[in-house]
Amino acid sequence: MSAITIGGFPLDLLALQLVTGIALGAIYVLVGIGLSLIFGLMNVVNFAHGAFFMVGAYVGVFLYGYTGSFWLSLVAAPLAMGLLGLAVERVLVRPLYGRGIDDPLLLTFGLSYVMVESVRIAFGLTGLPFGAPPELRGAVDIGIGYFPLYRLFLIGFALAVVGALWLFIERTPFGLVIRAGARDPQIVQVLGIEITKIWLAVFALGCALAGLAGILAAPLQGVTPEMGIPVLAEAFVVTVVGGMGSLAGAVLAGLIVGIVVAMTSLVAPDMTKMAIFALMALVLLVRPRGLLGRAGALG
Amino acid sequence: MGTGFDRRRLLQGSAAASALALAAPALLRSAIAQGGSTGGPIRIGFPVPLTGAFGAEANDQVRAAQLAVKAFNEAGGFQGRTAELLVRDDKLNPGEAATRTLELIEKDKVNFLVGGLSAAVTLSINNVARERGVIYNSISQSDAINEAKDFGRTTFHEALNPHMTAGAVGRYVFPKSGKRVAFLSADYAYGHEMMRGFKRAGEASGIEVVADIRHPIGASDYSAFLPRIAALKPDVLCLCNFGRDQVVSIQQATEFGLKRNTKLVAPVLLFTARKAGGDAFDGVIGGTSYYWRLEDSVPSAKAFNDRFRAAYNGAVPSDYGALGYAGVRSVLEGVKAAGSVETDKVVAAMEALKADFYKGPQSFRKCDHQSVQSVLIVEAKSKDMKTPDDVFTILGTEGPDERFLRGCDELGHKA
Repeated sequence: MSAITIGGFPLDLLALQLVTGIALGAIYVLVGIGLSLIFGLMNVVNFAHGAFFMVGAYVGVFLYGYTGSFWLSLVAAPLAMGLLGLAVERVLVRPLYGRGIDDPLLLTFGLSYVMVESVRIAFGLTGLPFGAPPELRGAVDIGIGYFPLYRLFLIGFALAVVGALWLFIERTPFGLVIRAGARDPQIVQVLGIEITKIWLAVFALGCALAGLAGILAAPLQGVTPEMGIPVLAEAFVVTVVGGMGSLAGAVLAGLIVGIVVAMTSLVAPDMTKMAIFALMALVLLVRPRGLLGRAGALG
Repeated sequence: MGTGFDRRRLLQGSAAASALALAAPALLRSAIAQGGSTGGPIRIGFPVPLTGAFGAEANDQVRAAQLAVKAFNEAGGFQGRTAELLVRDDKLNPGEAATRTLELIEKDKVNFLVGGLSAAVTLSINNVARERGVIYNSISQSDAINEAKDFGRTTFHEALNPHMTAGAVGRYVFPKSGKRVAFLSADYAYGHEMMRGFKRAGEASGIEVVADIRHPIGASDYSAFLPRIAALKPDVLCLCNFGRDQVVSIQQATEFGLKRNTKLVAPVLLFTARKAGGDAFDGVIGGTSYYWRLEDSVPSAKAFNDRFRAAYNGAVPSDYGALGYAGVRSVLEGVKAAGSVETDKVVAAMEALKADFYKGPQSFRKCDHQSVQSVLIVEAKSKDMKTPDDVFTILGTEGPDERFLRGCDELGHKA
């Protein structure tokens, strides 16, 4: 324990709290990105995002039970949610394009209820127990104190996913089309690119990211039918704070939200839930479009 | 899978029942008119949170309560009258609970009410029942319900209350595990009441509170509270929360390596929570009103479990499930003892009831109608399990004794 204190808290503890906040932020980032991506490109507020997160966790845990491989679950959960996202976009969301923001919002809201209820019927209400895989269990000394190994893995993994996503969107021809589609879908169409295919792919990608976040969060909190509900609220805060549709914004905001939660819980533990909404209000007062938000652009 | 199917059937059943009630109000009204005091079934309203965070517990409450009704009917009922259970979903919401309770009383003309889960909901049901003079036997832990301001002549409390549970656990843990105690509590009535129970029990062994952290109910992540607690290296960490909050906070406390220096303690350690939390619960100590392995030493527990197993494919009842059973049985035994369904007579009979339904002797204290009963101290395990349901070791039992309750005058009842 170091002798230096800030505000009565030893520096070690503050540093540890910061790492905790970043690990929390890693999940927020992954959840927020998918939501932001879907909104940024097609102006669909996906209220079923939390449900995809939850079903992703169930698929992952279920598969883990069969195969015993967490790594396989990490691939299968987003894949399954991507496929489900494909079907949902094609069958349910697509007919609602051009009908404003409300109709898809209500649709996905209803869809989330159907998904939660289906999982309740199939897997029961109690939830499934799930811990970190054996190779990622336990805590390691990171110099400032012990920290759970799994949460360190989470930070690294989220970093890798964000990096890959950035490369995909900024450095590939497909990414170029996505960015162009977000700015001006009509021009993209005029150029002979089928924008509906892009939308389909991006919706699926967003859902896959939600599923990935779900299976990654499963060892932290277990798996229950309601696990997506608080996540949805947090994801919206991240998206709004970062700027609707901004990927970099989602990353920045996710980390900020995580750190704000961790630091608030140190000084005023009963205020943590309020703190993230206070943060959102504050950001919106200063920057109504969010930190990095621009109108209709993936920035 | 089993619970999902049962729940669906249950919902279908209650939907069908309400459809019938809508379709034939006149018919129903005449049936009730006949059934008011003579003939017709004895109707017991049963509002519980079928949907919401405590759905798993609530569904078990319904299953066990139905067992009590079935046993009563098979034994011939009361003067040829059978009993029936009217299950309603209170959605874990005090407002919804008040509405459902009012409907049960006014429209369905129930004779009695049993149910509730979560302190705020149980108080809301009690308010409505008390105003209308209907006996309500609460099966959720609450301290407030026994206090004079909330208590009514028709109020009964079948469950343990936080004072008894936390007190028993504190008396067991503090002398053994140490004096430096940290609290992580859900910031609502239940969390506060549990904490008060621990602190009072801790006075005797001179505990020192090193941290008192309150989290909002339903927080999804507790990791941010844990480094601070870990840095303090307390001997005991009391997690005064319930249901999923408890599952997640214990899982994360384990993940942060708190068990190296600290004994994790939960006032109410639920069977369903341990099943959902898995081996993260290993070594956690807590209190409970009932655990099925009591059958090894208590014959009435064996009989109750056997009935439950026979009815539900070999499943064993959970603690809150058992309360649903006992709650309904107390009322029905009261009817038998009173020789009447009239409120005044049943109240008097329940006050005098000396019962052993499922866990050993219990009785209602006269001043506040609190059920005086034993508290079990259990430790969660994940090794040497004989069956998947063999999740606790019973460490000790604090027998039924009014000394462990707050005094009648402290609660505001005049002698």
